[in-house]
Amino acid sequence: MKSAEIRPANHSDHSHEGQRVPSDPALQVMALESILVEKGLVDPKALDALVESYEHKIGPHNGAKVVARAWSDPAYRARLLTDATAAIAELGFGGLQGEHMVAVENTPAVHNLVVCTLCSCYPYPILGLPPVWYKSAPYRSRAVIDPRGVLRELGLQLPEQCEIRVWDSTAEVRYLVVPQRPAGTESLSEEQLAALVTRDAMIGVALVQPPHAGSPP
Amino acid sequence: MNGVHDMGGMHGMGPVQPEADEPVFHHPWEARAYALTRAMGAFGRWNIDASRHQRELIPPAEYLRMSYYEKWVAGLTELLLQHGFISPEELASGKAAAGGAKQTPALPAQKVAAFIARGAPASRTARVPARFRTGQRVRARNTNPTGHTRLPRYVRGKVGVVDRVHGVFVFPDTNAHFGGENPQHVYSVRFEARELWGDVHSAPGAVYVDLWDDYLDAA
Repeated sequence: MKSAEIRPANHSDHSHEGQRVPSDPALQVMALESILVEKGLVDPKALDALVESYEHKIGPHNGAKVVARAWSDPAYRARLLTDATAAIAELGFGGLQGEHMVAVENTPAVHNLVVCTLCSCYPYPILGLPPVWYKSAPYRSRAVIDPRGVLRELGLQLPEQCEIRVWDSTAEVRYLVVPQRPAGTESLSEEQLAALVTRDAMIGVALVQPPHAGSPP
Repeated sequence: MNGVHDMGGMHGMGPVQPEADEPVFHHPWEARAYALTRAMGAFGRWNIDASRHQRELIPPAEYLRMSYYEKWVAGLTELLLQHGFISPEELASGKAAAGGAKQTPALPAQKVAAFIARGAPASRTARVPARFRTGQRVRARNTNPTGHTRLPRYVRGKVGVVDRVHGVFVFPDTNAHFGGENPQHVYSVRFEARELWGDVHSAPGAVYVDLWDDYLDAA
């Protein structure tokens, strides 16, 4: 297989001073995989298993269970807010990009929002891989300087007096927003509650909506 | 480095554009790029800081143009070349060189779940003193390192309050350049929106930034 052409992007012969940019990433990835497999450095089945894990096993449904448990069990909520890594591990979640977790709780007076202005840090074990908008320049640039504007654009209008706390994930600590439990959900089971909790609510760009009127509790 | 990746507070990047029912990967090659990066990272020849820095070295115009996983492919390629996993000739031909040494063992499929579950904790047990305590006023240093740093430009020179002490962690500025882990305390520092951005943003708000001891002075 012929690999993608690599062109120097910085007119420099010193690769460590700049970064070459593949002209065709799809072709380049195929070439890399083929070379590395041939050299015995990569097991293609391990790649399949990694992809399978993030496409089907690890995702926001994990975080939703954590939030639903916190809403249902005051002792768990207290543990989550004190030591989120341990509390999340109680439900069997943890590891890569969730080694050090902190949970921050939304209240009527305080709304929390998570960003990574420098790259794309995100709590994989409970939310999966981040969506494109979270990694995009518009979100990374504006979440810290104009969080209210960003939230408005995403359809969330908060009262002026509500304090917005933006958490910029600049270190290896990853943040989970515990959204407010919607009114009218007192009779719901933990499982039913988990079904209401969305990825966006756990990043802090949405509220959790109550179940549709008329739908079974 | 004062690169374009350090985006906090920039204007003109346009609206945030969410995608309904977004897939985890948009193309099969993105999934392979993600998995290859993880599988090769498992050898431990580089670290997350080096890997982030590699992507920061993408020239700014390209950085803004490229998709997320395009940047990952560029960064991974460079790391594989630098650390001798592949040669420029192999990359050009798309074939492993004849007689080239085969390095094993590769991460096997049956160890992937354990690899993900273990992660790569950046905390360290080194007994180094914390320079600051919760509630203390601190000023982020006004410094402009040309290498990797996790001190965003928008907080440099600004005063905040230590909100919590996270513990002792590897220091990215040295670790990214294989200059040692230099473990030290990391703090969540609360900066009032007014302190960061001036009076234009009058509604209540604050930004919490995770900062290492070496980024801070008492204020």
